[in-house]
Amino acid sequence: MRNFKIGILFILMAIPNLLSAQEKITTDNWLSSPGIIGTFILIAIVMIVAIIILFVKLNGYIDTMKRRQLDKNRMAFDDELVAMEGSDIDAILEKRKAALSYKLKGNELSGDNRAIDDKGLIQRVEKDPNNAFFDEKKKTSLSLETPQELKKIVIYYIGAAALWLVLGTLIGQYLGMKFLWPEMDHQAWLSFGRLRPVHTNMVFWGWSSLAMIGLGYFVIARTSNNKIYNYNWAWYAWGLINATVFIGSLCLMAGINNGGGEYREYIWPVMLMFAIGLILTFYNFYKTVATRKISEIYISNWFILASLIWTIVLAIIGYLPFYQDGLGETVIQGYYMHQGVGMWFMTFTLGLVYYYLPSALNKPIYSYSLGVLAFWTQMLFYTMIGTHHFVFSPLPWWLQTIAIVFSAGMVIPVVAGTTNFLMTMKGSWSHISKSYVLPFFLVGTIFYFVGSMQGSVQAFRFTNFVWHFTDFNVAHSHMTMYGIIAFFLWASIYAILPKLTGREPAQVFVGAHFWLAFIGLFAYMMSLMAGGTYKGLSWIDGDPFIESVILMKPYWVWRAVGGSLMFVSHLVFAYNFYYMVKGYTKKPSATQKVEEITV
Amino acid sequence: MLNFHKEHKNLVLTAGGVFIALSILIAIMPAIQMQETQPIPDEQPLTAHQREGLNVYVAENCMACHTQQVRNIEMDNVWGDRPSIPSDYFYSKKRMDFWRQSPSTLGSERTGPDLTNIGKRQPSEDWHLLHLYNPRAVVPESVMPSYPWLFKEVDSAYMPKDAKVVAVPKAYFNKPGKKIIASYDALRLVDYLKYLKQTDMPSGDIDDFIPALKKIQAERTEGGQQSLDGAKLYSQVCAACHQETGQGIVGAFPSLVGSDIVNDKNTETLIKVVIQGYNARTDYGVMPPFGDQLTDAEIAAILTHERSSWGNDSEVVTEEDVAKVRQYIDMELNQ
Repeated sequence: MRNFKIGILFILMAIPNLLSAQEKITTDNWLSSPGIIGTFILIAIVMIVAIIILFVKLNGYIDTMKRRQLDKNRMAFDDELVAMEGSDIDAILEKRKAALSYKLKGNELSGDNRAIDDKGLIQRVEKDPNNAFFDEKKKTSLSLETPQELKKIVIYYIGAAALWLVLGTLIGQYLGMKFLWPEMDHQAWLSFGRLRPVHTNMVFWGWSSLAMIGLGYFVIARTSNNKIYNYNWAWYAWGLINATVFIGSLCLMAGINNGGGEYREYIWPVMLMFAIGLILTFYNFYKTVATRKISEIYISNWFILASLIWTIVLAIIGYLPFYQDGLGETVIQGYYMHQGVGMWFMTFTLGLVYYYLPSALNKPIYSYSLGVLAFWTQMLFYTMIGTHHFVFSPLPWWLQTIAIVFSAGMVIPVVAGTTNFLMTMKGSWSHISKSYVLPFFLVGTIFYFVGSMQGSVQAFRFTNFVWHFTDFNVAHSHMTMYGIIAFFLWASIYAILPKLTGREPAQVFVGAHFWLAFIGLFAYMMSLMAGGTYKGLSWIDGDPFIESVILMKPYWVWRAVGGSLMFVSHLVFAYNFYYMVKGYTKKPSATQKVEEITV
Repeated sequence: MLNFHKEHKNLVLTAGGVFIALSILIAIMPAIQMQETQPIPDEQPLTAHQREGLNVYVAENCMACHTQQVRNIEMDNVWGDRPSIPSDYFYSKKRMDFWRQSPSTLGSERTGPDLTNIGKRQPSEDWHLLHLYNPRAVVPESVMPSYPWLFKEVDSAYMPKDAKVVAVPKAYFNKPGKKIIASYDALRLVDYLKYLKQTDMPSGDIDDFIPALKKIQAERTEGGQQSLDGAKLYSQVCAACHQETGQGIVGAFPSLVGSDIVNDKNTETLIKVVIQGYNARTDYGVMPPFGDQLTDAEIAAILTHERSSWGNDSEVVTEEDVAKVRQYIDMELNQ
């Protein structure tokens, strides 16, 4: 543990040097200059070293413990042998001889009786286990006793979220195709400019937010060992948030746009409904935690409560008009759009993972204190980095520098979180072969590390030079909002819903969802990253702008292909959701439950 | 002391309090500081029409693809003569109305060109209107959406008074007896786009761009005519209307291939057209003047390129030729 913290300190110390080296922007061979390559290598080295040290140390420690135990056992054995009589030793040797020549007769387990499963221990007989495309995995038979009201809330939140996901990504897919066929339609309501914020806001406030809150209700109640304070408020908030997305989308398509700042496109009366929804949710969660039946506040609830209060503050600051003339608006825009992602989606989802990951693996989280460290550093570093969306802009240089430095500081919460999740999974890798819940968590965790680190590196001035304003940004935001948030949410949904409703979807379909989403995202991400880099290089070379549009075309094709796969995976997810919740209320007794799952 | 593990009140208050404090420090304070920004002395406020155009710009969410910030790095030099400064946004970034905030015009994606200086780079109203009606009519590779709802199809016989007819090539609109006219919103939007020009700094001293490439720097220090790439300048400045092929767009922008003016042995008219603009032919759009935007050497390089490409085969135009005509025009104006 100590080594790990030293590793982190080392990273922190290396960062300012790294950045000051970047201040001098030299011109020759800048692609191979310290800025780009050095950043990657240094961070990689430092992290690899820290991880290696940690593992070596842990290994060494475990080895000494083992050796000590072995020595002790050997000595005890020697003593035992010396104390033995000659006849005892003969008896033992005879027994051994007989054992070595023993042969199975073939009826040891059943005797001469027929095999009958009287107690119903065998749940499923699979005659044809080798599915060519998707791994058929075991089903869960565990079901949790949960108040019916809470079940209904969780299911309706996730249901609405799934609906917005399908609709929002359908729009996203349509937008992606417009890059290839700009003349697809001539409707004002469906034009690219108006539809783009409809897509982003719908998947943000509709899909991710509703799914998060729905899953959060279960965590709050469960980890506080308590009933939700007020079920009605949950329904009011549900209505308000859905209304926000519905009315907001219509407004945007009608050309009523708050000012075009990303994720602030809904006008304030619409966003006010969302804010009230959040305040209701916060108060409800807070009251539930405050009246909890256990003394400790579980770490998940730290993240969830904080993310709600931070987002409420954020929405208020983002929409208050007093300081938003001129570039004041731009300062707030950087702050708002970054914190929207960092303080709301990331923080809340981490809270969910701290509960659903260990509970799915049926073991405690690896390190509670690492979670606490991640929590406070998340607050400290994430808050400061909004302006990294405006590097080289007319905003004050010092503000940009702070944002860059703290972006690098994001290493701490990210490494802390990633380590915690991976170490929790360690020793349970066999779960990968048992269900798709762990694969979803694993992909989410890997993207949490890769996506966040890539974002930090992208904030540096050099990388901004090549990548800013290009499609690389779009790749990054999908890597994080989709690779991290959506994958974690799906993992949690597949982990909890079957336990609530007693119905688990066919693993073929969960597998289809997983692989389509993963491969789709990968195609989407890689094509835009490659294309975005070429685009940036073309600008640096001073080529005419239209060249950069022409060169993007093949990458846009691949983006559309990836996007289609992602969209299809959401249809599969929607079907899985439907399957899981279909008729969930008609389950009177526990014995019947088991039967229904197994058939 | 605070015992966050057991005291929910302390936990929530601390997390909320520290976050608010940090937010004030990193967002609200700098934003308030930016409120003290003053405009550049020569900066023009938006007229009522231009402001309506800005509203259309926001309603159509043009900032999804177009930025309005010239960054202080070399590659952005093509979008403006100097890096943008906070004062540049003094008039345009005000709260729009009770419902809508100050527009986020700086943008974060450059799927289309930066528009900071579009009014100077592309001053032609005809071009803008045709481009909005169908971008591919003027830039074949463009992926920008068409905005047909900003235009109206009218019967030639019942043409409203003062209607602005858009010269759409037959390939994009071909209905006998019908014409495309610009709507009020389209004209206002173009008013706004033409307003977008960088204001000159009074003292003339501006922040330098951070250079990107040795090549560009070397070109700059060497200076001279050889380093100016006429073909590149042509595609940046002229090709929007006259096209890469030089053939223009029938019904909108004239062809330069085999053109009498372009290939005339006496280059005076040609140079004059570029410096002063041209509006002598009713069957084509108006050509805006480029005298302020281009140096003598640049004009010479472009014209030399035009006169030696696409089958044109005429003599070189020198910087001196252009300087002479410019001097002549100045004299004429002063008289």
